[in-house]
Amino acid sequence: MRIEHLKKSYGAVQAVNDLSFSIEEGSCFGLLGPNGAGKTTTIEIMEGIQEADSGTVYFKEKPIDRDFKKKVGIQFQSTALPEFITVKETLELFRALYPDPRDMDEVIDICSLQDILDRDNRKLSGGQRQRMLLGLAIIPRPEMVFLDEPTTGLDPQARRNFWKLIEKIKKEKTSVLLTTHYMEEAEILCDQIAIMDHGKLLEIDTPSQLLENHFDGALVTVPHTGRTDLGIKGAVYTETHLEVSTDNLDLTMNELLNSRLNLEGLSIKKPNLDDLFLKLTGSSLRA
Amino acid sequence: MKQFTAIVRARTMEFVRDRGTFFWNLIFPVVLVVGFSFAFGSGKDALFKVGVMGDAAEGTFLSIEAVETIDYSNQELDGLLDKLRRHQIDMLIDFNSSSYYLNTEAASAEVLRTMSGADLGQFTEQKVEGEAIRYVDWLVPGVIGMNMLFSCMFGVGFVIVRYRKNGVLKRMKATPVTPLTFITAQMASRFLIVLATSVAVYAGTNLFLNFMVNGSYLLLLLITMLAILCMISFGLIFAARIKSEELASGLMNLLTFPMIIFSGVFFSLEGTPEIMQQVSRIFPLTHFIEGARGIMIDGAGLVEILPNLTVLGGMTVLFLGIAAFLFRWE
Repeated sequence: MRIEHLKKSYGAVQAVNDLSFSIEEGSCFGLLGPNGAGKTTTIEIMEGIQEADSGTVYFKEKPIDRDFKKKVGIQFQSTALPEFITVKETLELFRALYPDPRDMDEVIDICSLQDILDRDNRKLSGGQRQRMLLGLAIIPRPEMVFLDEPTTGLDPQARRNFWKLIEKIKKEKTSVLLTTHYMEEAEILCDQIAIMDHGKLLEIDTPSQLLENHFDGALVTVPHTGRTDLGIKGAVYTETHLEVSTDNLDLTMNELLNSRLNLEGLSIKKPNLDDLFLKLTGSSLRA
Repeated sequence: MKQFTAIVRARTMEFVRDRGTFFWNLIFPVVLVVGFSFAFGSGKDALFKVGVMGDAAEGTFLSIEAVETIDYSNQELDGLLDKLRRHQIDMLIDFNSSSYYLNTEAASAEVLRTMSGADLGQFTEQKVEGEAIRYVDWLVPGVIGMNMLFSCMFGVGFVIVRYRKNGVLKRMKATPVTPLTFITAQMASRFLIVLATSVAVYAGTNLFLNFMVNGSYLLLLLITMLAILCMISFGLIFAARIKSEELASGLMNLLTFPMIIFSGVFFSLEGTPEIMQQVSRIFPLTHFIEGARGIMIDGAGLVEILPNLTVLGGMTVLFLGIAAFLFRWE
């Protein structure tokens, strides 16, 4: 699946600004970005739910058309379900909407829905609801699955359970596009990650390559207690802390010891995607 | 077809399991009919209604306060005699042919004969026979029609707006279902629901009120089905694009209330200003109530109610066209 030069604006707001990338068949692609970055708009254009102002979405080298909907599974960020019907009835309803639906038992098995089949849609917990929505997404035997923030609001346990479901879907060689706020999740599940902000692509690569490109070795942080002229190589002084991204930890530690700075509060860690995310998108608050 | 039946099934289950709405749709009209028949069914008002053809002489019993005269000079005798048979008037006097008519089954006949004896001594008396139509016989098509209107407008119009707002429509848009299939399935489900509740309300109240039906039940069913279709199509216009439930419900209330008042659900429009009667013709409900009352009370056949059927059919096509033109998933 591939998008080329997508643009979409709402009034004066440019939600998606000349965005292009491609997703390899059978891979899991993570689309990350802060709130309001344009993730949902992008994904909805790719699903064929919204129309782009310009640009094209290709699936298997052909622009998407009506038949595309028969081949994709979609899980929206928030979806209301028909009320007063049970999980099983909802699955049956959606099975009837597709020409070649997956067997009921298979859907129940993949998404672990056995316990909640007879429960009213309105009485599902957050995790159960997401499992059920994932079930709806895989009913068409999709070649491509879109998951828009499927684990937002779930507790850590439910989130990890959900990852297992996504792993199962990946094993079927289904391509997955996942948006998420959780870097850890993207790092574990995704083969490729794109970070976007203000409707534009900032970076795209495998998780490990992204980190390698932006960070060297380890990240050392220590409170500088007002001393900002310590002569340490590669040091960045924030308001309270001194940060050094270093590929030579021995050297940096020696420099710090020699500077006679109070090292209480020192931390050394391997940079992760969270750090990269903040580095790329900035840490200022936004709505 | 598989998509269609699945959506009809889901929507119908949603309705039946929503106990509150379900019972409201069944109980409300029954309570209305029974309540009104209890409140207004206990006999007629003391006033005598006398229909007059030709120029009435001055100073007769017609000037007594208890007697209301209605000038029918320009109307056909047959129709007026029907009114007399159904106790809508108590007496009919034709000054042109010097004759008067009384309904022998009306309690007022004896009183009026005595009262008018002095003035109409030279007139020939003619008799008609006929049972009174009770208010409740006249009321029941109105209440059922009103219930149909609410159920169709809110069950389709309001619900689709809610689906649009909460994202059910968006989820449907992401499937291979076409808007046409989705909408016709919604209509079909509502059609079955409204038809079933209307029949149930009628049959239920009929058990203890024994309605007068002079015409054909089949024809009654036909006009009911056509009216339901017409009102659902009307509701669809609101469902086509509106995103806010408040706006949809406000607009629908704004339109349903005048319809209920001006379509003659509770009170006959006869005697109201001409302009009001003309305006009422644009409401589908008026045509259903008129047709259904015609069948039940006057024993009207297909020919007599054909104008009502035609208008309902035409409005259905028109409303569907407008709704299809305006419809957007989002």
